[in-house]
Amino acid sequence: MAIGWYLVVSAVIFSTGAAGVLTRRNPLVILLCLELMLNAANLALVAFARMHGGAAGQVFALIVMVVAACEVTVGLGLIVAIYRRNLPIDVDEMHELNG
Amino acid sequence: MSPTTWGWLVLLFPMLGSVVLGIGYRRLGRAAGWIGTVAIGLSFAAAVGALLALLSRTPAHREVSSTLWDYAVSDGLDAKLSILVDPLSVFMILVVSGVSTLIHLYSVSYMASDRGYSRYFAYLNYFVLSMLLLVLAGNFVLLIVGWAFVGAASYMLISFWYRRTTATRAGIKAFVINVVGDVGLVIGTFLLFEHTGTVSFLGNFALVQRAFAHNDTVLVIACLLFLVGAFAKSAQVPLHTWLPDAMEGPTPVSSLIHAATMVTAGVYLIVRLHPLFEWAPTAAAVGAIVGCATLLIAGTIGLVVTDLKRVIAYSTMSQIGYMIMGASAGAYSAALFHLMSHAFFKALLFMGAGSVIGAMGGEQSLNRISGFRRALPFTFLCFMIGGLALSGMPPFSGWLSKDDIIAYLDYRGGAFAVLGILGYLGALITGLYTFRMIFRAFWGKPCPEAAELEQGHLHHADVPRNPATGEEEDTDVGFPGAEHHIAEREPPMKVAMAGLAILTIVGGVIQLPGVDHTLTNFLAPTFARSSLAHLEPSVASDYVGLAIGALIAGAAIAIAYRVWVARPQTAPRLQARFGALHTFLVNKWYFDEAIDFLIVRPSLMFGRLAESVLERVVIGEGLTGGVVSAVRAGSAGVRRAQTGALRFYAAVVVLGVAVVAFYFLVSSS
Amino acid sequence: MSVFFFFLASIIAIAGAFGVVMLRNPFYSVLALVCHLIALAVLFLLLRAEFVAAAQVVVYAGAVMVLYLFVVAYVGGGDEVAAGTALRILGPLFALAVAIELFIAMLGSGLSGISGKGAPYVLGFGTPAQIGRLFLTSYLLPFEVASLLLLVAAIGAVVLARRRRGLEDDLELERRLREPRPAYTGTLAEGAGVQRVLAAIAATEQLERGGGAGERDRRGLAGSPAGTSDGDGQEG
Repeated sequence: MAIGWYLVVSAVIFSTGAAGVLTRRNPLVILLCLELMLNAANLALVAFARMHGGAAGQVFALIVMVVAACEVTVGLGLIVAIYRRNLPIDVDEMHELNG
Repeated sequence: MSPTTWGWLVLLFPMLGSVVLGIGYRRLGRAAGWIGTVAIGLSFAAAVGALLALLSRTPAHREVSSTLWDYAVSDGLDAKLSILVDPLSVFMILVVSGVSTLIHLYSVSYMASDRGYSRYFAYLNYFVLSMLLLVLAGNFVLLIVGWAFVGAASYMLISFWYRRTTATRAGIKAFVINVVGDVGLVIGTFLLFEHTGTVSFLGNFALVQRAFAHNDTVLVIACLLFLVGAFAKSAQVPLHTWLPDAMEGPTPVSSLIHAATMVTAGVYLIVRLHPLFEWAPTAAAVGAIVGCATLLIAGTIGLVVTDLKRVIAYSTMSQIGYMIMGASAGAYSAALFHLMSHAFFKALLFMGAGSVIGAMGGEQSLNRISGFRRALPFTFLCFMIGGLALSGMPPFSGWLSKDDIIAYLDYRGGAFAVLGILGYLGALITGLYTFRMIFRAFWGKPCPEAAELEQGHLHHADVPRNPATGEEEDTDVGFPGAEHHIAEREPPMKVAMAGLAILTIVGGVIQLPGVDHTLTNFLAPTFARSSLAHLEPSVASDYVGLAIGALIAGAAIAIAYRVWVARPQTAPRLQARFGALHTFLVNKWYFDEAIDFLIVRPSLMFGRLAESVLERVVIGEGLTGGVVSAVRAGSAGVRRAQTGALRFYAAVVVLGVAVVAFYFLVSSS
Repeated sequence: MSVFFFFLASIIAIAGAFGVVMLRNPFYSVLALVCHLIALAVLFLLLRAEFVAAAQVVVYAGAVMVLYLFVVAYVGGGDEVAAGTALRILGPLFALAVAIELFIAMLGSGLSGISGKGAPYVLGFGTPAQIGRLFLTSYLLPFEVASLLLLVAAIGAVVLARRRRGLEDDLELERRLREPRPAYTGTLAEGAGVQRVLAAIAATEQLERGGGAGERDRRGLAGSPAGTSDGDGQEG
């Protein structure tokens, strides 16, 4: 398979994730869409690694996975903290940091 | 040692004196007066050294210049710290430092009970330094520096008793009018520099005839501007209104600055720049006319003022009018001779006035002073000597010097002869007001203070008062205090006055017509370039002039005696008959009012307008306010992007990515 | 054969992605994502990235998503009211724009590297041995930094989500919310939204006194479809 196909899939997944971030109001779901975008990036990386023959892309993808895990951890911690204070779990309701 | 080394020493001693006195003002006490006097005494000794060094050279080599360092030397400009030691400057430094030494000596006891003793001597030394700098300067820049310093010293000394409002106001008035003169001097220098390319005196004198046509408009304007400077400093009409007010300062200050030295700076300027004035005769004519006008105007005012010091002040104005008239017309050595003898007898008169005022406990009005002949014998003697010299009675130096000028004017002929006749008229008026002052103060029934003093008790006012306004003052620093000193009881004052009296009597011998021309010969190298200096009236016409002068002086004294001693009711009757004229003269020809109307009020109005419109509206609300509100509005607009909503931010990010990617797509295809 | 698997996996992946975005219940969204991740692992295998595929399944789908499920179960959040903000239309529009531009970039401009078959296969490509060797030689620094990052994230999560002093009493909570604090200090509610929370508390007290549901009901488990927490929270 030409690499182009994989990149097309990656692009579709990426834009789907972007649309989700912009559309959903539940922060948990927004984080999930963020994961989608990260995975799309991973796919592109691995595709190019296959194309060039070097495993650098795969290493990069693994690091991305590590980062995604950390980010999910911290993000979920935040959401739990918000929930604990009986505040609505809705990003549109949390806008006190405005100018 | 070379003359210029002596010249630098002349400057060094007053500078050291002033610095030492200024720094140690708390700790010096009595010593301050002696330190100041010794400093100026050393300066005088150095001036004598400079004279001897100069005389040891041949006349052709008597213009010596020396530079310490470059001050502002760059493309086209050559301002250096350089002095010019030539006969003229040596003459001036001798007169200035000599008279200053005697006045410092007088001040040692006159100011003895003043709380600001050290400050006084520091200022006085600083003044002498500035005057010497002015006179020794070798280029326009240093001259302007000395000129400005002298103005500053004058301000500091006039408002010496700084808690008296009349004194501070007088100081400000003097300073502002002096600044007008400074501006004239600076602009004149610039005009000259533009055409000759140099600021040094010798350079300009060499180049002036090549750089300008005879009576060239620009040169005339530059010389007129120099005259503005000279008039402001020498209190000539119309920039003279500061001098009577300057009598608010201590009497030795009036004696030094406003009689002998600072006010002669204008005369010095004209004499120093004589090549320029000779090449622009129009300006010289203006100078002569203004000098003549001043001597008449000041003389008439002197006839009616009642404050003792102010009579002497107007007399100074009038005599300087003679000098300016003479210097503008070309009678350089005559004008300088009169400068020297005037310094002697005017300083003497002021010192005597200080003694009289001390005896009166601070009171200065002639209406209250009378009959001090027996109470103050020594002061009376000095006053008579000074008064006779001022009126032009033989054999005093004033007679010889004043008539020297008038004789020269008559000799030059034409319009200058008319000025000479007016000079004789002025001499009559001079004699009148001088002896009016003397007869009123020393003849007649002794006033209570004089009676007290005859018993041996020096009067001290119970409550110190401002003599002009009568308001009460306390005895703290910034006020003169209650104690005063008279010459009869203070040896330093006596010695100083005696010295000046002797000089007044014998000072004329250096220029007896037909006998010797010491001064003219000595000054010849300076005036080697002049076309007018060699004009000499014949000895016969000199003696005729002297005789006329003596007659006029005698007549004036006789008239004064009749009006103020023999028939005392004459004066009030004349006053009643010529009431309008009297009022006009008492109001000083309304010069103060005219200046207030023409200059002071419009300036104040413009200032108020500038504050309310320009400052508040244009700059305050328009420029800065406008900038502020623009920034506020801009930031308020930009702030609306910070909504705090997460999805909005994310949308902006994605949109940004789309736009940038679009740009790259388009640019790469 | 690989073509068939490619299309299968791609379709499942894309379907999973759409599911994440469009399903209302967050629990279902998580499950959709897990599905998507496994499809992606298949794609990785097709690209000869064995270790990455295994890591994807074990770490990503196995650990991270399980954590996610726990939190979703705790927090809940059900149907949300998709209010009529402009982003409902604009969001997908922007994303579509990005997608189109990516397509044009990839297909239209003809990146020369994409059309070819790629590098020849080298034995040992993508094996754990090779990846491990790379991690410990050329990419040692990113490896160490990633470990540090994991440590920091773990500590951060603990700090963020901890309880202050045991389980919070409702009374304690009310008292804390009533105390006035300077603005922008303390918790979000305490510092910035005290007035609103006080009003909310007053309103619920009204409800209670009026015989409404007890306070305990507000803290329903995640997944209760009534979405009470969202609704009440929005009141404040």
